[in-house]
Amino acid sequence: MTPMIDMTFQLIAFFMVLINFSEVEQDQRITLPASQLAKPPDVAYEEPLTVQITKEETVLFASDEWEIDALSTPLMREAQIIKAYGDKSLKDVTVIIRADASVKTGKVQKVIQLCQEAEFETFALRGKQSDEDTLILQ
Amino acid sequence: MKIRNAQEREKIELNMTSMIDIVFQLLIFFIMTFKIVLPEGDFNIRMPLASEQTSAEPSETPTLRLRIRAGDNGLLAGVTLGERSFGNGADAFQQLHLHIRGLVDDEGGPGTASEQEVEIDADYDLRYDYIMRAITALSGYLENGQRHQLIEKIRFAKPREE
Repeated sequence: MTPMIDMTFQLIAFFMVLINFSEVEQDQRITLPASQLAKPPDVAYEEPLTVQITKEETVLFASDEWEIDALSTPLMREAQIIKAYGDKSLKDVTVIIRADASVKTGKVQKVIQLCQEAEFETFALRGKQSDEDTLILQ
Repeated sequence: MKIRNAQEREKIELNMTSMIDIVFQLLIFFIMTFKIVLPEGDFNIRMPLASEQTSAEPSETPTLRLRIRAGDNGLLAGVTLGERSFGNGADAFQQLHLHIRGLVDDEGGPGTASEQEVEIDADYDLRYDYIMRAITALSGYLENGQRHQLIEKIRFAKPREE
């Protein structure tokens, strides 16, 4: 029995070391486009705001699913909330766009435009890391 | 304490079952809450507001225009930087990258990299995947684990009609 208990303790130690409590907004439905240069940022963003675009061209924002045309309302609401807090302005907010690889570019640009109308200024496009050369099309 | 004789030693039995049960409970907890988070990276883009386009920006280096055309189903039809075309083959972005490297890397003279701005003008239907590849081709390269930065200022042109 002793070896089994040893192995079990090993497994527990493994999972305890790997435990990740951060609530990263990453919906599994979205397959990001790959890039060999995609590296997690060295400095965490001051005010990150994640906007996700699924391949059905719906937007996942604020724990809800929206059509792209209906996105203005929640964006304005979020902008007002951030402004109301006082110490952070909309200039400090980085909008992180996590769009599926098969989404039309025009839709992504529309989302960016709606964010700009809500007075967000800084944008970051997110891709997943890749070890192989992503400049060569497969 | 009285020193006992060697033969009179009692055997103390310890029942391990309870501990094993709790250990398994802990193990199941950690397995259930284990989340595989893949690392993701960001590319920052500049998006000037529409009002800023009317003001003249005297920059020394002219903005390069990257035109990416889409074919059926948003697949790549052509990549063109300014006047130069890179086709739509499997290595179109690789060629674009090498061209940019020649323009902007250390050989281009100091300071050109931070000045150069590229505007991406893509068809509406183009798959977003190609945009990411274009940005990868423009932004830099990895050599021996070191990342070298090429273009720093990337922005999108106005969206084209559907």
